[in-house]
Amino acid sequence: MSTALQLDPIAAPAAADPLIPHVARVLRRRRDGPDVWTLEIEPDPAMAPFAPGQFNMLTAFGVGEAAISVSGDPAERGRLVHTIRAVGAVSSALTRLDRGDVLGLRGPFGVGWPMDEAVGRDVVVVAGGVGLAPLRPALYRLYAERARYGKIALLYGTRSPADILFRAEVEAWRRRLDIDIEVTVDHADASWHGRVGVVTNLIARAEFDPHHVAALVCGPEIMMRFGVMALRKAGVADEDVYVSMERSMKCAVAFCGHCQLGPVFVCRDGPVFRYDRIRDIFAVKEL
Amino acid sequence: MAGAQQAVVTTQGLQALLDALKARGFRVIGPTVRDAAIVYDDIASLADLPRGWTDEQDGGRYRLRRRDDDALFGYAVGPQSWRKFLHPPTQRLWSATRNADGVTVTPEPRANERLAFIGARSCELHAIAVQDRVLMGGQYVDAGYRARREGVFAVAVNCGTAGGTCFCVSMHTGPKATLEYDLALTELIDGPEHRFLVEVGSDDGRAVLAELPHRAATRADTDAAEAVIARTAASMGRTMRSDDVAGLLARNLQHPRWEEVAGRCLACANCTMVCPTCFCTTVEDMSELDGSATTRTQRWDSCFTMDHSYIHGGSVRPSGRSRYRQWMTHKLSTWWDQFGTSGCVGCGRCITWCPVGIDITEEVAAIRGSDKG
Amino acid sequence: MEGLERIVAEHPFFAGLGEAFTTLVSGCAKNVRFEAGQYLFHEGDPANEFYMVRHGNVALQLNAPGRGTVTFLTVGPGEPVGVSWLIPPYKWTFDAQARELVRAIAIDATCLRNKCEADHDLGYEVMKRFMTILVTRLQATQLQILDVYGTPA
Repeated sequence: MSTALQLDPIAAPAAADPLIPHVARVLRRRRDGPDVWTLEIEPDPAMAPFAPGQFNMLTAFGVGEAAISVSGDPAERGRLVHTIRAVGAVSSALTRLDRGDVLGLRGPFGVGWPMDEAVGRDVVVVAGGVGLAPLRPALYRLYAERARYGKIALLYGTRSPADILFRAEVEAWRRRLDIDIEVTVDHADASWHGRVGVVTNLIARAEFDPHHVAALVCGPEIMMRFGVMALRKAGVADEDVYVSMERSMKCAVAFCGHCQLGPVFVCRDGPVFRYDRIRDIFAVKEL
Repeated sequence: MAGAQQAVVTTQGLQALLDALKARGFRVIGPTVRDAAIVYDDIASLADLPRGWTDEQDGGRYRLRRRDDDALFGYAVGPQSWRKFLHPPTQRLWSATRNADGVTVTPEPRANERLAFIGARSCELHAIAVQDRVLMGGQYVDAGYRARREGVFAVAVNCGTAGGTCFCVSMHTGPKATLEYDLALTELIDGPEHRFLVEVGSDDGRAVLAELPHRAATRADTDAAEAVIARTAASMGRTMRSDDVAGLLARNLQHPRWEEVAGRCLACANCTMVCPTCFCTTVEDMSELDGSATTRTQRWDSCFTMDHSYIHGGSVRPSGRSRYRQWMTHKLSTWWDQFGTSGCVGCGRCITWCPVGIDITEEVAAIRGSDKG
Repeated sequence: MEGLERIVAEHPFFAGLGEAFTTLVSGCAKNVRFEAGQYLFHEGDPANEFYMVRHGNVALQLNAPGRGTVTFLTVGPGEPVGVSWLIPPYKWTFDAQARELVRAIAIDATCLRNKCEADHDLGYEVMKRFMTILVTRLQATQLQILDVYGTPA
């Protein structure tokens, strides 16, 4: 019995105007945190399948558009899943959409997680807060093709126990015997009996071969900076670390200029970057 | 262009050129005087051109002054560029209407017009090529830009007068037009004689020239044209050593000069509005009060605004220092990484139209003067 | 004693200490274990001994009226529990509770402080190691209090 390889799709040639949204319907809406909702959307067959780490531009008609990473299973073509944190007018409007409502969709855009480059290596996934959402498609792929990778570890940190995203799912993953999952919170309450402390603390204790690993890091930028430091301390080379960057996006196709980070466009050259390639610009304040 | 067909026309021939283009259905756009500046707008005849005018330009200064001849193109460049027509300041992208089934999105139909640019300078041809690379040369193509761009008939003009803030020679973008054009003119005034050397740059150009009253160009004509261009090249208002700027700025991101210029910069965004290569845009979604219809409009934006780099929580570039650095390092340094060319064509508009006269050539020299390494 | 010296020598914290110093440190050490839920020490207790965790996790806690018991950090194998023994008044500033079965090396604080005073070379080796722990923990605490996941104002 052969295992069908899931090859990440090459970005579809831009035959259709990339600035015009498709119209899609919300299939389901679920609350995943105090200010986090997950929408399951009916996919438009005209849109190319996404690769883990890519994002779509979602339009709340009448309000505006926002870049949201895909957070669902790339193998599941029947629904397109986005996890959205309500931080502004557009994201809040998106999180208020319910089953049957329509929204605009453009995408998928961007460079995703290095699923192919990581084959044969250990994989350490370091997620902070809502950063677990853009990493979840990568985790689904890792689980689906488990035999192609070495040790797999998920290190997940949030602000508090109430902020743990996809908690039931994380607990189900934790019951597997072939992956290591550690969860920690910055601020515990009396009900929490797990680890307390920043997620970067978990890196020193995780079991992986630092010389044969791919580290996927996603979370607030400060957390990623500390995460890279901790990975370095554990012996991981910058060339083996991947981060997901976030900048203001209006077009997602490198026309509007907003997402520039020094010489790169986050929408086109990222959002996932191999750390050594942006190391110098990562360190420059207000770049 | 060696071997290119050359001819000579008079001002009558030039009027015939405008008529021929109009007859072919082009929307003819050229320079004209309005509000004490030379701007680009629809023109019908030679009478609309800035006959006998020149401009005085310096840091934060622009004045029109009468010439002592009747030159039609005796000035440098004004506050506007062809970007105004190819990448418009505002354009609706789509409109959406709500109905019983949901929402229908309708892309904005394109204006069915072909543009003819009269008087495009070499630096401007370079600027158009730079924007071509940005908006059509990558993985995605701006369909609206391409539609407007592909039909353009360009009548270039080789500058006879260098501007006070010009530095095209430093940027290798002029003054002689060498990039794609249909026809290129060099204005020659010899006392009462007012003629133009015409160089053909395309089949379309050749076909149009054939309809105009013209005579063959003589050695005297071509020599005179070369002399004009050489004189212009020798009288640039500014210079900038441009071979090393990209690396210079990339290694001086923390240079104290950024703080110094930030003390002068008002973040007014004038430079980005007048620059012929700036391409930043933003979008605005607006809807009817009852939510029945929505439109998305794209409009010019500037990296000098606080909104430009805003992500939840605040701007990535809240300080004037970081925003000025962004503009200048993008224009002169990271543009190379992104598109393989400089973003600056040496037109000098940013210097002229800066209310406080910040001079990009001076800023580069200052940083080079104490290069960190 | 030999078994204890081996255990001390093998603990990551004491890596590279050298035979002579390992013997000196072992002279202040003993093997201990705590059952799940058992407290290693309470806030306010004299910091007479500190612990190098070998197995298990320890929750560092504070109790406040209205908030109950809050764990602000969990510490695991390879890491020390307790740094307040280093400076006067040598009193614990929090509770430490075993989250599960914990095995550790307990080191008599007074014994080690005296040996460090007597032999500054040993003192330097011990302080160097604790400095790494303190700096790392401070950096992590900085990140923790920044509340990076918090909803921006």
